[in-house]
Amino acid sequence: MQEFLNNIIPNVMAKLPDFYAAIGDTLLMVVWSGAISFVLGLTLGVLITVTKPGGILENKIVYQILDKLVSLFRSIPFIILLTWVMPVSRAIMGTAIYVRGAIVPLVFGAVPFFTRQVESALAELDGGLVEAALSMGSTPLEIIFRVYLKESVAAIARGTTITAISLLNLTAMAGVVGAGGLGDFAIRYGHDRNMLDVTNVTVLVLVIIVCIMEFAGGKVVKKNTH
Amino acid sequence: MIELSHISKEFVSGKRTVHAVQDVSLTIDKGEIFGMIGFSGAGKSTLVRCINLLERPTSGKVIVDGQDMLSLSAKELRQARKKIGMIFQHFNLMPSRTVAGNVAYPLRGSGLSKQQIAEKVQRLLDLVGIGDKAEAYPKQLSGGQKQRVAIARALANDPNVLLCDEATSALDPQTTKAILQLLKHLNETLGITVVIITHEMAVVKEICHRVAVMEHGKVVESGEVFNIFANPREDITKNFIHTTSNLRKIEELIAEDSPVVKLNPGELIVRLSYIQRNVSEPLISTVSRKFDIVLNIIFSDIAIVQDAPIGGTVAIISGEREQITQAIAYLIEKNVGVEVIKDARVSE
Repeated sequence: MQEFLNNIIPNVMAKLPDFYAAIGDTLLMVVWSGAISFVLGLTLGVLITVTKPGGILENKIVYQILDKLVSLFRSIPFIILLTWVMPVSRAIMGTAIYVRGAIVPLVFGAVPFFTRQVESALAELDGGLVEAALSMGSTPLEIIFRVYLKESVAAIARGTTITAISLLNLTAMAGVVGAGGLGDFAIRYGHDRNMLDVTNVTVLVLVIIVCIMEFAGGKVVKKNTH
Repeated sequence: MIELSHISKEFVSGKRTVHAVQDVSLTIDKGEIFGMIGFSGAGKSTLVRCINLLERPTSGKVIVDGQDMLSLSAKELRQARKKIGMIFQHFNLMPSRTVAGNVAYPLRGSGLSKQQIAEKVQRLLDLVGIGDKAEAYPKQLSGGQKQRVAIARALANDPNVLLCDEATSALDPQTTKAILQLLKHLNETLGITVVIITHEMAVVKEICHRVAVMEHGKVVESGEVFNIFANPREDITKNFIHTTSNLRKIEELIAEDSPVVKLNPGELIVRLSYIQRNVSEPLISTVSRKFDIVLNIIFSDIAIVQDAPIGGTVAIISGEREQITQAIAYLIEKNVGVEVIKDARVSE
């Protein structure tokens, strides 16, 4: 087995510790920025939904500001965002490089995207449910948690899967700030040193990670669809 | 129980203002079943939402159970809403919760223990006749069953009022009947005041005590259902009533020149309408014997509204000219509306 692998992917086998470290860095970035983005995106998505014209906590000013901010960050290419938010990174994380330095830009990249996912998931909800809850004397907070979020678990899970995959995508660019990860690994060795097997194996690993994410997401969707 | 005075509601969209409800005043008594009928867009759904303030009227006063709804704080309003149940055309059940979960929804924070909530939910489900469906999800239920769940949910906080917004409009006629019977039963056993919004006169005829007819945001006619059916004043009311009766088909038959309405000389077609509550005599039989005439009934449509027969008969009368005249006079004297639709006596 060992010999077989040495034959077909010699460069990967020669750099196994680096390769494992790259996988670890990628997962670290996805998990950390994913968790933070999930909380922030969910909050923003809910806020935008309830402050919308006709929403249960209609508020033109809050809605306009949040909506425009999300649009602004959605329109900045990630590669530019990476360098643009460096000062913020330094202020929050103490550094703008390595994995720690990549978390802030990744969050800035994923939150607006996830916010829109949440917003569209909540928009799918039948408005009649909110009206029924209001007629039963529910508070706005109850409606948010017991109607909007509770009834949209499947739709939000779908949005979460899509966001996680696109986040995985973004981590590939984090090499720019020296964060390492699989993308950086493939570029440095696979492309720069023309080690084709490195690129191939990297792609394979990414495909496996995406499959796991989709599988997990699908499970949650299925469990919450009646 | 419910007092609406001078309610108006305007919706502004861009430069256009829609007057959904215009200066409506209504009083709905405790324990009655009150119908509001109108075509879609008449403003009836908006008006009913002004009762629990899902829509805030632009002007006017709303009093429910002695409380001036518009003066309540947000918190007080939520408390007041718990005592006003509401059901909807599309049921609005929460798909991710079971039937029991849906009915338990409004009971959270009511001070009842988990055990008490479970017992109350089961009691409510038994009351609406679906005690065996507690663990089903809404998707697995038929329309009628879904509406029963919605009714149980609306009753969870023991409301004094039940608002029904087109509650039977998405149901087939048989299921509609069953749901109406359930509402009537709840009204009689719980003494709950029921407000029914509908575009079907059959619904009003079936269970309402009083009715308001709405058109273009205004109440054009209102009163006891029997009186409205017997003596409709407005054209729209007459239109609604005709939808529940086939007595108007005679005009179509005459227009089509159907063989059913071919008259021999000396015969005539009349429409007899029973417009008083006291029609209990066998009138057709009596006049035919008393005046020696023959009544050939083409249509007859008698419904029992508020425990009194209402409706009428379309018949071809043949006999001696003088006898027919006397028979008609006798019927009029007995408070039967007589309308001659086609007359073949003149051709004699």
